[in-house]
Amino acid sequence: MELRRDVFQAIADPTRRAIITLLALQAMTPTAIAGNFDSSRQTISRHIQILTECEIVSQEQNGREIYYHLNPLKLQEIADFVEPFRKFWDDRFNKLENIMKNYKTES
Amino acid sequence: MEKKTKVHAEAGRQELVITREFDLPLELLFKAYAEAEIVEQWMGTKVLELENKNHGSWRFETTDPQGNKFGMHGVIHEFIPGQRITRTFEMVNAPFPPQLEFLEFSSSGQGRSALRMHIVFRSVADRDALLKLPFAQGINLAHNRLQEIVNRLK
Repeated sequence: MELRRDVFQAIADPTRRAIITLLALQAMTPTAIAGNFDSSRQTISRHIQILTECEIVSQEQNGREIYYHLNPLKLQEIADFVEPFRKFWDDRFNKLENIMKNYKTES
Repeated sequence: MEKKTKVHAEAGRQELVITREFDLPLELLFKAYAEAEIVEQWMGTKVLELENKNHGSWRFETTDPQGNKFGMHGVIHEFIPGQRITRTFEMVNAPFPPQLEFLEFSSSGQGRSALRMHIVFRSVADRDALLKLPFAQGINLAHNRLQEIVNRLK
């Protein structure tokens, strides 16, 4: 089976969401990220790896250290996921509003 | 400009909230939900049954341009005119479990009103699967995609 990483899957996990929140403030080294959690370093690395595969975070070499930083475009993509659904309801509600405005003037 | 219709879907939660402000008095907004012939117009669906009462049931049917029919149905748990409708919603022949919907209507004063629609899903995955339907291309395509999913399950 083909392994496909999905942004929704990535952000469904509470630890991964916490990592995203941390990285939203500043770029961090894996050690610094792991320092914020009780889980093993290995577990945190695995979460970072999943976030990297989804391109929510990317790594940057800075001297000897690797820094992870957030890819805001990818997070925007998650917001964009909801946008068609929002637009769908917006269209429906606009229709409702127009119909009822006519209803008001007719009666 | 601020968007009139907002969707609040927090990551990892099995619910979402849709809010909308209407340039309509509360009675007219509520009427658009209560009267079958008005529901048909703005939802673009046929209303087969709409029992607006506690423990009532509802059934809608939409036909796409190709003549395919798609059903939706549920029960109305609570119906308080001008205030609240609590109901279940399920697509017929779809791989999605029913969802629970709390519709709250309120007056914003000066001939305006608001609707808050709180939808609770069986699981986070079910909510996300719904959000991923191709709404952008219209409800028919969303329905067609559902049909594909159903066919694959058969």
